[in-house]
Amino acid sequence: MKRYDLIIIGAGPAGLSAAIEAAKRGVKVIVFDENAKPGGQLFKQIHKFFGSKEHKAKIRGFKIGEELLQEANHYGVEVVLNAIVAGLYLDKEITVQIGDEILHYKGDAIIVATGASENMVPFAGWTLPGVIGAGAAQTMMNLHSIKPGNRVLMLGSGNVGLVVSFQLMQAGCEVVALVDAAPKVGGYGVHASKVARCGVPFYLSHTIIKAEGEEFVTGVTLGEVNSSWQIIPGTEKHFAVDTICLAVGLSPMSQLLSMAGCQMQDTPGGFVPVCAESGETSISGIFAAGDVSGIEEASSAMIEGRISGLAAAEYLGFITGEELAGLSKELEKALQCLREGMFAPENRGQTIAKTDEGIEVSHTLLKKGYVDESEILRFPGIAKASGIHPVIECTQNIPCNPCQDVCPKKCIKIGDKMTALPAIDPERECSGCGLCVASCPGQAIFLVNEEYEPGLASITIPYEFLPLPVAGDKGKALDRKGKEVSLAEVTTVRTAKAFDQTNLLTIKVPADAAMKVRFFRSLEAEPWVK
Amino acid sequence: MGKIKDRLTPIGEFVPQPDDDMIICRCEEITKGEIRQAIHDGMFTLTEIRRFLRAGMGLCQGQTCTRLVKGMIARELGISPLEVEPAAARAPMRPIKMIVLGNEGKES
Repeated sequence: MKRYDLIIIGAGPAGLSAAIEAAKRGVKVIVFDENAKPGGQLFKQIHKFFGSKEHKAKIRGFKIGEELLQEANHYGVEVVLNAIVAGLYLDKEITVQIGDEILHYKGDAIIVATGASENMVPFAGWTLPGVIGAGAAQTMMNLHSIKPGNRVLMLGSGNVGLVVSFQLMQAGCEVVALVDAAPKVGGYGVHASKVARCGVPFYLSHTIIKAEGEEFVTGVTLGEVNSSWQIIPGTEKHFAVDTICLAVGLSPMSQLLSMAGCQMQDTPGGFVPVCAESGETSISGIFAAGDVSGIEEASSAMIEGRISGLAAAEYLGFITGEELAGLSKELEKALQCLREGMFAPENRGQTIAKTDEGIEVSHTLLKKGYVDESEILRFPGIAKASGIHPVIECTQNIPCNPCQDVCPKKCIKIGDKMTALPAIDPERECSGCGLCVASCPGQAIFLVNEEYEPGLASITIPYEFLPLPVAGDKGKALDRKGKEVSLAEVTTVRTAKAFDQTNLLTIKVPADAAMKVRFFRSLEAEPWVK
Repeated sequence: MGKIKDRLTPIGEFVPQPDDDMIICRCEEITKGEIRQAIHDGMFTLTEIRRFLRAGMGLCQGQTCTRLVKGMIARELGISPLEVEPAAARAPMRPIKMIVLGNEGKES
């Protein structure tokens, strides 16, 4: 039996972060992961992360994964892949399958960072090939470059469903509908708006009645549900699809903690260990970090990992209690920031009528995935100005502030409270550099110039699709719900290292469409549109 | 034992439903009807249903269906899923071949 100071199970964002913090303090760490590659879900995350600088905001998930791996290597963390931890026991011993053997390892401390697994929902035909989890779709697209299908229906309007819908379109799939049994969109409004402006219809209060097909999925029937989740007769809708993607939540994979004898609790969010703030479970020296202790974002998992890594180092005597307290304080503050705003854990399931600023929330956003033109003007990111100016369609209190940091002219004000809505400072003049447009992880910032040419306005939009249009290309100018408003011509396409693959497309449209147009569809780019 | 419903309380007759032939546990191919019938036959916990029907005992070790079966137990008994006794977790957490288990501990 091999012995280590600290055994970490799971090499995802939480496990790697924990390993780094502990190894930095001289702890001998080994990390086991059952997958062939480390990084957990991070390498499937091709979108920019939310948050603040310390949460690695506006950096894409897979880049964060690369950074974590480099850091772990640098501090001499041993990562064993294709290693399936089969059992965890009270005395901190584990059994691991490596190759065709079961090996025993013993740690003086253990951190369980096994993450979560996808939930499924049964309906007639749910076992047909073509019904897949959103995570599977991401694995196919973003790790193996395989298109999961051609015509996809997404069930689930949480952040996973919204983000994966967008990624499916980036991979060249057509998303025919986004469906959720809940009466309102569950994820960030900005993620929903990204999908809606591509023309994806949202069906809230709807669920899948059946998947059609004999050998594989050839279609799907939806129905509207009433407040007691029963299908309302006569509301059936049919779509021809080859793929049904399920994004109906995650469940913590906490079996190892449960079998070790940690005190557990059953919650609406899953079966989780009872943990101290440091992640320590009821068994002294066994810690839990990341989604296994409750589903959150990867940004939170990384901070939880760091805290538990430090706590394990303290438990093992590598740092003192005072050192731990000092080091955790900043981390806990950063974690607290991520747990604030409208999507804070305590607001789950609540109906929020007004933003912190006292502005009535957009109801169309919650029903249809986009902010209606009649609602948008009441938000502080939208200010009429002459010449080129940013229009920030960020209407929910979420912990995110890269736009404020990135503006060289200090036009954008959020303030110290990260969840505040960004506001335009009318005293400052926009230079049109576009850094805010590229930096917004929600792709909610546009540059508008109502006086571009007589009778024409220019609109600069973030664009993450291929093939990239070129100046002079003609296409359709789409509004927030993806409806054609007018024809448009691309005037410039900007790419820069600082934009990190978010290209800035500037199009010209009739001046009266300036506050309507938010997307461009090239006549060539997406063949199914024709 | 607060979490286990008193088995003497009647839960009503088993009434067939149109989707009873829908598979819930894919690994062991156990249908919704079989699970509902088992609940009406007195299996009120996940452990009992696992042992009686093998639902959740297959290749994925209940990763997919545990939550679904739990919801079904709750619905048939008219209680919240949080009141259903949580599933037991035992090693091996992932399916492991007997030949591999036979190679246990050879390194020391």
